[in-house]
Amino acid sequence: MNDDSIHADLTGSATGRIAKERLYHWLLFGCAAVTVFVTVSIVLTLAADAITFFEDVELFSFLTGTEWESRRGEYGVLPLVNATLTVTLISAVVAIPIGTAAAVYLSEYASDRMRSILKPALEILAGIPTVVYGYLALVYLTPWLRATGLELNLFNLLSASIMVGILIVPMVSSLSEDAMSAVPDELRQAGYGLGATKYEVSTGIVIPAAVSGIFSSYILALSRAIGETMIVVMAAGAQARMFDTANPFAHLFQSGQTMTAAMVHAVTSDAVGGTPEFYSMFAIGLTLFFITFAMNLLSNRIATRYREEYQ
Amino acid sequence: MNFGLPTLTNTANTSTANSATNDESTTPLERDRPADGSSSTDAGRSSTRATTETDTIIEARGVDVYYDADQALQSVDIEIPERQVTAMIGPSGCGKSTFLRSINRMNDLIDIARVEGELRFHGKNVYDEDVDPVALRRKIGMVFQKPNPFPKSIRDNVAYGLEVQGTTDDIDERVERALKNAALWDEVRDQLDKSGLELSGGQQQRLCIARAIATDPEVILMDEPASALDPVATSKIEDLIEELAEEYTVVIVTHNMQQAARISDKTAVFLTGGELVEFGETEKIFENPDHDRVEDYITGKFG
Ligand SMILES: Nc1ncnc2c1ncn2[C@@H]1O[C@H](COP(=O)(O)OP(=O)(O)OP(=O)(O)O)[C@@H](O)[C@H]1O
Ligand SMILES: [Mg+2]
Repeated sequence: MNDDSIHADLTGSATGRIAKERLYHWLLFGCAAVTVFVTVSIVLTLAADAITFFEDVELFSFLTGTEWESRRGEYGVLPLVNATLTVTLISAVVAIPIGTAAAVYLSEYASDRMRSILKPALEILAGIPTVVYGYLALVYLTPWLRATGLELNLFNLLSASIMVGILIVPMVSSLSEDAMSAVPDELRQAGYGLGATKYEVSTGIVIPAAVSGIFSSYILALSRAIGETMIVVMAAGAQARMFDTANPFAHLFQSGQTMTAAMVHAVTSDAVGGTPEFYSMFAIGLTLFFITFAMNLLSNRIATRYREEYQ
Repeated sequence: MNFGLPTLTNTANTSTANSATNDESTTPLERDRPADGSSSTDAGRSSTRATTETDTIIEARGVDVYYDADQALQSVDIEIPERQVTAMIGPSGCGKSTFLRSINRMNDLIDIARVEGELRFHGKNVYDEDVDPVALRRKIGMVFQKPNPFPKSIRDNVAYGLEVQGTTDDIDERVERALKNAALWDEVRDQLDKSGLELSGGQQQRLCIARAIATDPEVILMDEPASALDPVATSKIEDLIEELAEEYTVVIVTHNMQQAARISDKTAVFLTGGELVEFGETEKIFENPDHDRVEDYITGKFG
């Protein structure tokens, strides 16, 4: 033992380590705070302008009205919600099975080589601008669907919804695949060691262990579908239509207007602002926000319920 | 799939006879084989089986294993007796786990692994074209070094193997029996719905053993099952292994020389390079091995 080590500087102040550590702490906190700040300001801005809208239009009639016809001053949001939920539902029906199956293939079945080809391909798919998907829906998908005998309008919700579903498949598969690959290999080994087949290991062990990650991939993808704008503007048209309980599929074959499409319409028809139509955009935006928010809460519930957490 | 109930009963016919190869074609090891006994070409081979106090259940003949170009095992010959404990010891990297995994074809899951030579289970080469590794693994259970219970309830952990093997009746009794045989029942009987991950390390490992024996395999392979456990948990597992050997064939890899000496009937010593240097009665291996290298290893001069 020499003298130095006995009288070692235990305060750390000499190197400024404490000061530096404090700086990092606040820098990182700042970045985290920015995200919260931005979110809160968006909601507040939306709310402020929505209040302006509700000076002209009653909140109750906005929420319960079954007609959206801004030219005539009809601002019932339900037809828009109807179209948005339709798009979300159908795109989920398309994207969740395909995306999950693709994820299982990539994570459990594909060879390393196959994976190294398919993963980048999926990422390219996710990088295609949505305007291209909109074009494809209008110019190819709708005519194809018509050729199968469906009596579709030129602008229709079905075609737009399917295309939105295709758009979000890569999101589902890539995020779900990440969740499945993160499942420890020991669990698979245990399954195989018990004489399980690959399919049994995938469905009985890997998917349950990755379920919360898989669920969040669904939620992210569906939030994307709810907010998707370009495809529905291009392929679904601009006619708000109410759900017909007597014929629940009728609105699929006709044109429809989602909440996002109505917002585009509002901002393009009155770029200067000031009219109720312009301000309706914010009321819709706020409604949209609440819907996604509720969806997130709900799915978190479901995910925690079915989670099989590994260490 | 016809691997359900017959799997549970055929321990009876396999221990009986040397000429049972035709019967064995009805055991579920092979797929796509007609049940008319057309496999009679195999019959001659099993007559060479050693008849010591018990029958040989697993027999390796010139087994080489490669990972890509690296050879991990060199021409391994061994005859593992039924219903005894066979220990595999040797320095790290000598291929013990590799050999264990080649018995139930877990090496199939490693893309770069390649197995050559013959590895017979009841006289049938498990690397034959017509052998389904899934059926094989239903007869040869495995316990791993690190306890790896599923993130499911204790009950579901034990029942998993039964489920994939198509057993649907008496699940609760079978789970209970397996947990009792794994000496875990008394500790968990009131909390079968608790997650298997909430158990202690030693309990988890006994849960994994229960999971492996629930489906009533013939052989249990254990790869250093106690290496992550404290001495108390280890001695519980050791007692358990000795009990299991009354019903099952146990093949255990261990780094712990005393453990091998305590619990095994036969010992195989692998040395660096993937060579099985000596195999025989445990007592003889530890007291009077034929090879100096084995003696050096056992006495700690090497490895
Ligand atoms: N998955 C693998 N890929 C490539 N090489 C491997 C793999 N598994 C094992 N090997 C190689 O094979 C040889 C034998 O490994 P093995 O794991 O069988 O040894 P071991 O005797 O079980 O060692 P330990 O006592 O440390 O567990 C080693 O040289 C190892 O590097
Ligand atoms: Mg090993």
